[in-house]
Amino acid sequence: MEYEPVIGLEVHCELKTKTKLFCGCPTTFGNEANTQVCPICLGLPGTLPVMNAKAVEFAVKIGHALNCAISKYSKMDRKNYYYPDLPKAYQISQYDKPLNYAGYLEVPLKEGMKRIGITRAHLEEDAGKLVHAGGKAGRLDSSDYSLADYNRGGIPLVEIVSEPDIRSADEAYAYLTELKNILLYIDVSDCNMEEGSLRCDANVSVRPKGTEKFGTKAEIKNMNSFRFAKQAIEYEIKRQVALLEKGERVVQESRLWDVTENKTKPMRSKEEAHDYRYFPEPDLVPIVLSEDYVKKLKGQLPELPGAKRARFASKYGLTPYDAGVLTSEQELAQWFEEGAKHTKNPKGLANWIMGDMAAKMKEQEKELKDLKFDQKKLCELVDLIDAGTINSKQAKEVFAEMFDAGVSPAEVVKSRDMAQVSDPKAIEGAVDKVLAENPSVVADYKGGKQGVIGFLVGKVMQASQGKANPKLVNEILKKKLDS
Amino acid sequence: MALSEKDVQYVVKLARLEVTDQEVAKYTQQLANILEYVEQLNKLDTSNVEPLTHPLDVKNVFRADELRPCLTQAEVLSNAPEPQSGHFKVPKIM
Repeated sequence: MEYEPVIGLEVHCELKTKTKLFCGCPTTFGNEANTQVCPICLGLPGTLPVMNAKAVEFAVKIGHALNCAISKYSKMDRKNYYYPDLPKAYQISQYDKPLNYAGYLEVPLKEGMKRIGITRAHLEEDAGKLVHAGGKAGRLDSSDYSLADYNRGGIPLVEIVSEPDIRSADEAYAYLTELKNILLYIDVSDCNMEEGSLRCDANVSVRPKGTEKFGTKAEIKNMNSFRFAKQAIEYEIKRQVALLEKGERVVQESRLWDVTENKTKPMRSKEEAHDYRYFPEPDLVPIVLSEDYVKKLKGQLPELPGAKRARFASKYGLTPYDAGVLTSEQELAQWFEEGAKHTKNPKGLANWIMGDMAAKMKEQEKELKDLKFDQKKLCELVDLIDAGTINSKQAKEVFAEMFDAGVSPAEVVKSRDMAQVSDPKAIEGAVDKVLAENPSVVADYKGGKQGVIGFLVGKVMQASQGKANPKLVNEILKKKLDS
Repeated sequence: MALSEKDVQYVVKLARLEVTDQEVAKYTQQLANILEYVEQLNKLDTSNVEPLTHPLDVKNVFRADELRPCLTQAEVLSNAPEPQSGHFKVPKIM
């Protein structure tokens, strides 16, 4: 039987506010344990949380960027559970009145764009960090005790929940990539996965293809890179299909992705079923957003990746793929667009950026800001090729010199006397000489072996030290041989 | 809605309380009385009433995203029974 995977993703995104959600402690990553905490984020008795206005602003921007409806009336709720990463024994989150809901994200796939629904994107506080110690180090199930650091506790998060619209691990990967790109574009999170500022859980189930009813799902946690998320989802789909084929059932449970073994494993579940006993947070008052405020934030959004992609494709004549590559990072998109002003051939510019330039940058681990040349110089190179001054082989040499030394391509061409000879008279002279020196080849050609013209072109190119315009050489040779 | 001892035991467990069987019986009765009393509200037609989420008529209390001093690590850990290398040491979780 053929099975169809049904996947929904939950992404937690740390907002890049200076301070925490409800207190003035810094959100800096990597400082010494428990040095960025105060009575509020420690949940000491008698303290009161106060909402960070910037966090609300960032959250609403995320809502806009994900095409969500923005709640005019929203509130915070307590999610109650006992776990040592929560000093208050509850997390302040949002339950039935999330800030943003009913949105969607357009994700570029090989087959074209796919719209994936966003159920909600709500505001909540992050939990602290636990280090499981003793026993087998780092492993929760065999540790003797844990060490709690609350520096991260209280950092603002937006949890973005997708609809179960995703149908493959590749789609999940594309969704995550696009989502991260958007969050970076709107500048609300640094999306650094190593530092945990972007985290992802996946709900995965499978069902016989063509049926409507969802299968039993498993929740996969601990996927701290998009690559792992893709692998974990692929593994989980296979695991569930194999169970069903054997006539067994999928158990609803949380599973962890084990990086060393490349498989998902059941998490030892907490004793009781999840019952968070949500209730409205009495310490915080409702958030009531005015039409003006919501509109103003919408106006502050930059052009988003999807729109930029479409514009690049139509304005600069790029393929959807090329437009996707160039808009995958905001800085790169800007760099290209600034450059496109200086050439009549933006497509040529794009090819150099994605080809030799990207390759060299990767090889030398350089970023755009490290480049020794600017867009104008790269455009100069593109124009030199288009004008027929140099051929593509020479262009590669010129590019390398420009990349390494920052020199202008025109100067390189001049100093190395590279300019392609496009003067028909000069080429005619060389052609005549080659024809005179190779009478037998000429005879072969006239006898019907037209393929030998390649040999003659090569000879002329050689005679001109590679500088003759190969297209002209070809034309002139043909003309002379056929006359 | 009749409250059972099983319901009370469930809540006791969620709240990490230690309660004897005798107490469970007593609390079941007491909690049932409270619920019964509050249940009277169900007689009212509230279909056109917006749920109240906060007793005060206050909204949008925000603060600017500005740093405030933190506690020192020593202060933070001063009530911890067993601090270890700057952390709170907590018992085995599972």
